[in-house]
Amino acid sequence: MTALASRPKAPEGPLLRVEGLVAGHGASPAIGPLSFTIEPGEVIGLWGANGAGKSTLLDALVGTAHRFAGTLVRRPGLTLAYQEQQPARLPLMPMTGLDLLRAAGVLDPPPSLRLRAWLGQRLDTLSGGEFQLLHVWATLGSGMDLILLDEPTNNLDPGAETLVGEFLAKPRGGQAVLLVSHERDFLDRVCHRVVEVLAWKG
Amino acid sequence: MEGLIGSVLSPLGWLDPLFRLPFLTGLALACVLPALGALLMLREEWLAALGLAHLAAASALLGLAVGLPAVIGGTLGALGAGLAKSLLAARGNAAYAFMILIGWSSLMLIAANTALGDALGHALMDGQLYFGGWVEFATSLMLACLCLATLPWLGRRLLRARFFPRFEQANRLPAWRWHLGMDLLSATGVAVGTATLGLMGAFALVLVPAWLGFRLARGWRATLAVAIGMGVAAYLLAFWAALAFDQPFGPVLVAVLIATGTLGLLPRIDRRRPGDKEARPSPASPPRIPPASAGRG
Repeated sequence: MTALASRPKAPEGPLLRVEGLVAGHGASPAIGPLSFTIEPGEVIGLWGANGAGKSTLLDALVGTAHRFAGTLVRRPGLTLAYQEQQPARLPLMPMTGLDLLRAAGVLDPPPSLRLRAWLGQRLDTLSGGEFQLLHVWATLGSGMDLILLDEPTNNLDPGAETLVGEFLAKPRGGQAVLLVSHERDFLDRVCHRVVEVLAWKG
Repeated sequence: MEGLIGSVLSPLGWLDPLFRLPFLTGLALACVLPALGALLMLREEWLAALGLAHLAAASALLGLAVGLPAVIGGTLGALGAGLAKSLLAARGNAAYAFMILIGWSSLMLIAANTALGDALGHALMDGQLYFGGWVEFATSLMLACLCLATLPWLGRRLLRARFFPRFEQANRLPAWRWHLGMDLLSATGVAVGTATLGLMGAFALVLVPAWLGFRLARGWRATLAVAIGMGVAAYLLAFWAALAFDQPFGPVLVAVLIATGTLGLLPRIDRRRPGDKEARPSPASPPRIPPASAGRG
């Protein structure tokens, strides 16, 4: 991943335009039709009941779910970072927090002292919540144009959830965030607007 | 030319000239295979090394039957297997178990049905390091140079793919280049290792030092350093012990690696126990993080 500072000035216009998107993982659609645009600097929440297909929508945006109908128009040269709902953890993980941030292309140290304490630690010594929080920061700090966060508050205690809110509130130039969560209160607090995802009705 | 060769080998004056080339061949592999093992472990593909080793042994034996050096025949077979694994996206324990079974069955059948016979099959299993000549040395050296040139580039991308598995697809990057590159590099490394150190010797050199690195080190670079350091130390000890006690090299190497593997059972000093306080934070304004990579691809 490349830092924003090293990249040429981005063109104007929306980062992503979604029109009439119908998508799913199997032979039949799971979500849609959905239409929305993502403008630079926006923090957009994706909300829906469990099983509504929120994660499937993210998968469709990155190309790992099947698109049955609709169009996805990406701004030329758009870069994406994707934080998985359950970031991969190996039984033995000698990599440190710093290795994780380096792999994500993060150049700035985390804004929180709590996270900085984990930079020199092996990732397999962190708790699930600590690992999740570090992963969220690695994704947000990657400098990509569009950040996709899938349930970033999973496993987080209230203090860590507040930290994620603070990360999202930091000004980040033209970088936009698309955030999936089933916690409507959290989305209302941290997002500029919330899009409701409806399951495919056939 | 002889002067150049003499100056390269002069630090090994203590060693019988007969064993100098085999020693250097094994030393190059002892540096390379643990590093490849760490990357295979990162991809959760360490068992694939055993599959590749069996296939390499079978194709080496087939190569010998038609007059090719074992290191060439083994490498060609393993490269084919690595390519097939990549193209078929064959991942997971079941795929690697089939590789082992196909390789073992082929090895035994080729040994039983060619003039080479069982003895050569067993030689491949045990390792033929002391019979290594210029072909084996040159192949190992080329492999070491290839790894030195490509592993830093590959390692960064494989680490990113581990942490962010969908980053490549989301950004439409040609990820096949580095995944195929890793498959072919590990296939070549295991094949050359199998043809010289023996099937289990090569596999143990891929697995044990890397496992120790994963157990004991803190940080990715430290993991590679521990793996390579342990691999080289075990190799040196095994080389000396096999000569001193007149033992076959492959089994001695495996035994030494198993012995060093017990270090991995030591408790790690940085493991936090439930109830431990969090580590002390670093200073309020730490320096910027040095980048690991300058490019997206």
